[in-house]
Amino acid sequence: MSVEVQPAVAVNPLQPSSRRLFRRVLRSPTALTGLFLVAFWVVLAVLAPILPILPPNDQDMIAMGNPYPSAQHLLGTDVLGRDILSRLIFGARTVLQVAPLAVAVAMIVGIAIGLLAGYFGGWVDMLIGRLSDIVLAFPVIVLYVVLISNVGPSVFNIVVATTVASAPGIGRIVRGLVLVLKHQGYVDAAKMRGESTLHIMFVEILPNCRGPLIVDACLRLGYTIITIGILGFLGLGLPPPTPDWGGMVRETTTVINIWPHMSLIPSGAIVSLVLGFNLLADGIGEGNKQR
Amino acid sequence: MTARPVLSIRNLQVEFRSGEARTLVVPEVSLDIMPGESYGLVGESGCGKTTTALAVMGYLGKGGRIASGNIFLEDEDLVKASPEHLRSVRGRRIGMVYQEPASTLNPTMTIGRQLLEVPIYHLGMSKAEARKLVLATLEDVRMPDPASIMQRYPHQISGGQQQRIVIAMALLARPALILLDEPTAGLDVTVEAVVLDLIMSLRKKYGTSLLFISHNLAQVAKVCDRVGVMYSGVIVEEAPVAELFGKSRHPYTQGLIACVPDVRAGKQHRTLMPIPGRIPLPSERPGGCFFGPRCMHAVKGLCDVSAVPLVQLADSVHAVRCLRAEEGVAPPAAVTGGELKVAPVLGEGLSVTGLSKIYDAPQGGKLVANDDLDIAAARGEILSIVGESGCGKSTFARIIAGLDTPSRGRISFGGRLLAEAGRKGRKAAAQRTVQMVFQNPDGTLNPSHSVGWPIRRVLAKFGLARSAVDVERRTRELFEIVRLPVELATRRPSELSGGQKQRVAIARAFASNPELVVADEPVSALDVSVQAAVVTLLLDIQRHNATTMVFISHDLALVRHIADRVAVMYLGKVMEQGTVEEIFSPPHHPYTEALLSAVSVTEAHQGGIRLTGDTPSPVNLPKGCRFASRCPRKLGPICDSEAPPVQAASPTHEIACHIPLEQLRNPPPLAARPGSAE
Repeated sequence: MSVEVQPAVAVNPLQPSSRRLFRRVLRSPTALTGLFLVAFWVVLAVLAPILPILPPNDQDMIAMGNPYPSAQHLLGTDVLGRDILSRLIFGARTVLQVAPLAVAVAMIVGIAIGLLAGYFGGWVDMLIGRLSDIVLAFPVIVLYVVLISNVGPSVFNIVVATTVASAPGIGRIVRGLVLVLKHQGYVDAAKMRGESTLHIMFVEILPNCRGPLIVDACLRLGYTIITIGILGFLGLGLPPPTPDWGGMVRETTTVINIWPHMSLIPSGAIVSLVLGFNLLADGIGEGNKQR
Repeated sequence: MTARPVLSIRNLQVEFRSGEARTLVVPEVSLDIMPGESYGLVGESGCGKTTTALAVMGYLGKGGRIASGNIFLEDEDLVKASPEHLRSVRGRRIGMVYQEPASTLNPTMTIGRQLLEVPIYHLGMSKAEARKLVLATLEDVRMPDPASIMQRYPHQISGGQQQRIVIAMALLARPALILLDEPTAGLDVTVEAVVLDLIMSLRKKYGTSLLFISHNLAQVAKVCDRVGVMYSGVIVEEAPVAELFGKSRHPYTQGLIACVPDVRAGKQHRTLMPIPGRIPLPSERPGGCFFGPRCMHAVKGLCDVSAVPLVQLADSVHAVRCLRAEEGVAPPAAVTGGELKVAPVLGEGLSVTGLSKIYDAPQGGKLVANDDLDIAAARGEILSIVGESGCGKSTFARIIAGLDTPSRGRISFGGRLLAEAGRKGRKAAAQRTVQMVFQNPDGTLNPSHSVGWPIRRVLAKFGLARSAVDVERRTRELFEIVRLPVELATRRPSELSGGQKQRVAIARAFASNPELVVADEPVSALDVSVQAAVVTLLLDIQRHNATTMVFISHDLALVRHIADRVAVMYLGKVMEQGTVEEIFSPPHHPYTEALLSAVSVTEAHQGGIRLTGDTPSPVNLPKGCRFASRCPRKLGPICDSEAPPVQAASPTHEIACHIPLEQLRNPPPLAARPGSAE
């Protein structure tokens, strides 16, 4: 048993919360590393159209004979002679549009069901809980494959699939937090001045779930990027020739023994971005715990 | 008498580091504990008393460090000892009893296994020998049926029993010294009294020295021989217990004594004298005397110049850290009587008739939280509900406040119906007239919003301020009423101290000009000096607005101080109710008698009435008197089979008991008192 010593005199000087979150990120080496990795890809994705790179779908027939990195193609070309650097950067653009959108929609749905289940309890909680159990009992990847292969690959369908798979998990986190928060004095005080139930859920309770939810969102972004990669790899990603990291790996795995860079480079890109979000989540999480 | 001290702390300095910052939490502590002596360390939270105890145990953890000084246990300096050696000292030569027994005991091991470890590891006993010793020690801490207790897990016994197990564990290796850090925190008063009695009797039996850490002056007065008062990391006064309470010389000690309510006097007779300001953080300690800025006797150019030493007074038993101690500073004069009259009674107030609240217990059966309560209070009166945890007083508070609905019965205020069984919700107009102050200062304000925000919401929701200017003006007024700078309104709750948060909560409750305010243990989480200030404030506002108040508390001294009318509850039922004078003078219900005896100051060493056992579960209650299973004056089978009649001792004083009033008027014969034999 370790006795956690907290001097009773410890104080927490507080700034407004968004600035506090930012400070916390800056102070944690873990979060800072994560932030750097994420920012790296975000900047490239945003600047993609004005960067001096080749169009992602142009084929260079001459380079096809020697697809290794060269002065013209800094990271080489793929089997079709397309510039890997360009496809990587445009691929980042795809993944960084689809993943945050999917996570945002999943968050909205998850928060809504979590608030309902936690606040009202009783049969509402029971119903939401059982439905969540059913969804969570499915292996996530099977769920994706079944959904996407039935309705066809598109951004909308990826968002729907992610929401179905993630919302129950987010809902559980929110429900757990709400179960504690709804018994706080300030919630009773709000009831005593006749606030509406919606006000209590969204203005009194939800803002205090912020900390764990930000961490969870970062983690889920990472997972979703992996998922999008897997879907691309299985041929269920965005339809070709859209540059897509998972798709890039799929198109080149057959030649991995001859030209390993074609599949390893996009794999590395997935790893670095996922790692970035995970480190960011860890770093913010540490700060939450210290509070 | 030149015995060597068991524990001698010399110029101890403890600092905590976080990142680059160093905080000197304990700037200087020196104290000696003689063999067999019980030394009390008192002070408010943040004064460094627990840190001192952790330093003695070598438990300061990662951030903490003993910066300088020595801690001698008999002859040996623990500061220089190796971690391995310290491990053999802890538990063997120093025992420790922590605040929360539930987290001290390992929930995955049986109690027996945890206890056996001590003699096997520290005394090298065989399992059979160890078992014998453990059984004997469990007898000593008066555990019924020790053998079966050893088989059980910690969660299967009550909090009071858990603490007795922890005490037994500390005693097993027959240590020279036991550290007790707030050993009764979180226990009910009747259980607390039993645990304190136990500590005192064991101390006599084993001759162990005690370092007793507490924020509760009354407790220290009961248990200790000598007391050190800590303030901001230093001992400001040290004296034998009678001397300290009778002739305290340090203004802080005097202030502490003056701000503690006493069961013997109500608000008509005495005002609490809060100490202004608050304990400084280590980083903001003033130069000179640390107490200087809060001290009414501080002299500019004397007290704020250089560090004040702890000086032995002429009688050599009394030491004070005050430059003006020799000239003798007078304690704050107690204001008595005078204009502090009870608010005038203004006709019909709160009336509760036949109120019951019944829940379906999760294990099946019915949980009766409130059973057929008939309680009334006139307008402008303060009605106090007293009782131990689980007696249903918070449920009662929530029903009055409208946060819960009664299962049976009705509540009206000023002739208007507030709540009735089967009716959900309240009209805004009714809601405005009833507001509440909550118990936990940390949960009472939303951390995501500014402190002023809920007050502005109250004004807006009830349409009490027409324009933004009005809202600002009224918010400013309310902050002034609770004596907070209005600049605080834009801050977040985490920037406020516990006392400040409770003041904001009071401002919020009074923002809608309510006629009835329910206060559920509003000061129980606050330090005594802060508590006094908040209580005084609450009383002032209540008196000024002639608000009726329902004040829920477990603290009898506080109730004595604040209430006009009192209802004593046990397991959802009112045992006794009447005016405050009637409750605090005979005839008493046996339960009231036991509660009073548990907190009595004068009975300290005579063995008062002690309740055995614990409060039974409120599920499937017996037919007869609820208190029968613990009643020291139980008559016989009638108590178990028949509900007691409500006897009227006066038109306002009711006692629910089978014992005739004549007998209740006399205290029980001494022989019948359990505990008096020891």
